Amino acid sequence: MTALVLNRRTLLAAGGSILATGVTAGVSGLLLSARAEGLAPTDSMPGGANNYRKGAAIVDRIGKGGFWMSGTVRRAGDGTPLAGQRIQIWAHTTEGREHEPQSHGATLTDKNGAFRLEIPQIIPVFGQPHGHLAYDSGEFKTVFLRPVMRSAKDTSLEAHFVLQPA
Amino acid sequence: MRLARTTLIWAALAAVICVPIAAAAASPLLAWRDPVYILASFAGIIALGLVLVQPLLIGGYLPGLSAYRGRRTHHWIGGALVVAVVVHVAGLWITSPPDMIDALLYTSPTPFSPFGVTAMWAIFAVALLAALRRRLGLRLRTWRLAHMSLAVVIVVGSVAHVMLVEGTMETVSKAVLCALILAAAAKVMAELWARTRRRNLPDEGIARPVNQQK
Repeated sequence: MTALVLNRRTLLAAGGSILATGVTAGVSGLLLSARAEGLAPTDSMPGGANNYRKGAAIVDRIGKGGFWMSGTVRRAGDGTPLAGQRIQIWAHTTEGREHEPQSHGATLTDKNGAFRLEIPQIIPVFGQPHGHLAYDSGEFKTVFLRPVMRSAKDTSLEAHFVLQPA
Repeated sequence: MRLARTTLIWAALAAVICVPIAAAAASPLLAWRDPVYILASFAGIIALGLVLVQPLLIGGYLPGLSAYRGRRTHHWIGGALVVAVVVHVAGLWITSPPDMIDALLYTSPTPFSPFGVTAMWAIFAVALLAALRRRLGLRLRTWRLAHMSLAVVIVVGSVAHVMLVEGTMETVSKAVLCALILAAAAKVMAELWARTRRRNLPDEGIARPVNQQK
């Protein structure tokens, strides 16, 4: 940690901020302390939990597939990949609406903390092409994500979890 | 010549409103929406069309309508706009209650929602003020200031809402309709503002008789 904090760039930044106003110094100090604490946990996104159905089954694929939802799960702080974590995925797709049971499924992360689940093509709903993902197993704090696709034509979407102990 | 002009203006208005509706009716997204969601979507598109008609009516830009009839129609279309917005919101609520509740509480992740919800409240406020105007004893100047301020909120809110939504509407026809709404609203506001400043006395109404020649 000491090596990280005392490299040339941070020294210059810290020196600069001391010369600058107190506000700048404060911001700089905050940034340094954030870096020292390591990987920050992911916050739930607004609307992320909408149409969630707790306890959807672990599946090989949702419906007929054709669209890849993928991501990683890591531990806050040191960033260790978390294996065997259950991630639930749901969306409005060509095969069902968001709240319908067949639109929901779960998968587990592999030893590298990565997950990947094939689902039907996501269709824009409520004005945005988006998917939903949840970590809600209890060991870590619950996180609901709602990533938005760059284009409705995309055939994959990523979301990454950094979890903190519950 | 006058008939040709009248026909042309009305045909253009019909096209500007109906082409986006027809284009939306051809949207591939409809295949994955249920009837209530589709109804809600089209209520929104129709509401947008009505937002264009309102300044045209009150500015007297539509030939063949007297000032009086233009104003009466403006009142009725205002009522229709309230109904269309209620159907839009109710239909979306039925489709996905948590998403609609987020929008109404201004906690939605979608950037267009607060614009739409704000425009909705402004539409309701104008309708309520219009209905209670006499009972409240609102002076013409007060009423006009209130209505014009809320109209700005309605126009800007609706256009921002619609342009940011990725939905059934086709992009070009949507942009054209929105541009015309902004232009019509700006024109009627500028004229009203100029007239209010010019003669600081209450006149008979808002609509200007453009084409009363029989």
